Amino acid sequence: MERTTIDLWFGAFVLAGFAALLVLALKVGNLGADNARTTYRVEARFDNIGGLKVRAPVRSSGVLVGRVADINFDNERFQATVTLALDARYGFPKDTSASILTSGLLGEQYVGLDAGGDDKKLAEGDRITITQSAMVLERLIGQFLFSQAQEGGSKK
Amino acid sequence: MLDRARRSLARIGHNFIDNVWRVGAMARFFALVLSASGTSFRRFRLVMREVYFTGVLSLIIIVVSGLFVGMVLGLQGFETLQKYGAQESIGVLVALSLVRELGPVVAALLFASRAGSAITAEIGLMKATEQLTAMDMMAVSPMARVIAPRFWAGVISMPLLAAMFSAMGVFGGYLVGVVLIGVDNGAFWSQMQAAVDFRYDVLNGVIKSFVFGIAVTVIATFEGFDAPPTAEGVSGATTRTVVSSALAILALDLVLTASLLRGAH
Repeated sequence: MERTTIDLWFGAFVLAGFAALLVLALKVGNLGADNARTTYRVEARFDNIGGLKVRAPVRSSGVLVGRVADINFDNERFQATVTLALDARYGFPKDTSASILTSGLLGEQYVGLDAGGDDKKLAEGDRITITQSAMVLERLIGQFLFSQAQEGGSKK
Repeated sequence: MLDRARRSLARIGHNFIDNVWRVGAMARFFALVLSASGTSFRRFRLVMREVYFTGVLSLIIIVVSGLFVGMVLGLQGFETLQKYGAQESIGVLVALSLVRELGPVVAALLFASRAGSAITAEIGLMKATEQLTAMDMMAVSPMARVIAPRFWAGVISMPLLAAMFSAMGVFGGYLVGVVLIGVDNGAFWSQMQAAVDFRYDVLNGVIKSFVFGIAVTVIATFEGFDAPPTAEGVSGATTRTVVSSALAILALDLVLTASLLRGAH
């Protein structure tokens, strides 16, 4: 088959286009290695999840160990059920506690795991029983004002 | 007085009917192009030639504009984000606005004015000089030989051009944000990677540019094919290509954004 300059240009153009897509996927987007790893799922119930979203990070000691896979509302307990997909490389004791934290003052919300002391490890489908809900700024301010008013009242 | 009012009303009605007719004719034209596409794939060399003319030759304008748009986004974003002490989020701002919106839309607008107008002028002139009629006489279908390769070339090049535009834009944002202003390099990329989702952001942008590619090339080839065979007719058709492509791109963008964002949640 004869080769023409057009072939070369076409090939270079298509390659450059796909290279750009690859850059967007790997360097700009999150199609990194953490999507491909095998995970196991555990559930946790929270009274209030604040602004937590699906795909939010799950961190332990600040290290990314998984992502939020699903968020549902349990209509019998009136609580939020959050499913966490944890990296299979990391095992956590059964009495690990989960809390919803905020990175920075206005940053995104994530689930923080604090390891417990149990010998048994969490497995697929287990439930984390010790949870701490998200801090809602309005409630915090409300409590602060309330305690201020109380202090002011007792001083008089 | 009454007569003049009636005449202007009649003109409005005529224009309206003419436009409705154009939409219908364009739909039929689109169907004809699709049914005549077999040849373009059997003789892929034809499509490759057109990809060279529409895609490869648009590269420079796409790459340079992408770089500039990214740099401007970086500068403007820094101005605003600095007020909230969130200048590290500049990467997120640049990447999301490029990948979701500006990449597909601006690349399509540039493509319509750079390549779409050329396609219309070329086909219109072929028609005016009776080359299309001559092909018909030789039992060569101008649909299969002239129109369909140009259509497929546009559909192939548009998503690739938009991806290159976005990638260059992110690089421009990096140049301004990290190299020029001095935002932390690690925070720039890691916040961007945490915020940009491949499926919801990057792939949706590709879907958008794919649809824009179809819209622009259908409009460009139709206007050329439909142009009155005069110098004036070809020039009018070229103008109409750019104007209606721009309108189609922006209107489709609204519809696509609404439906794709809904799909994400």
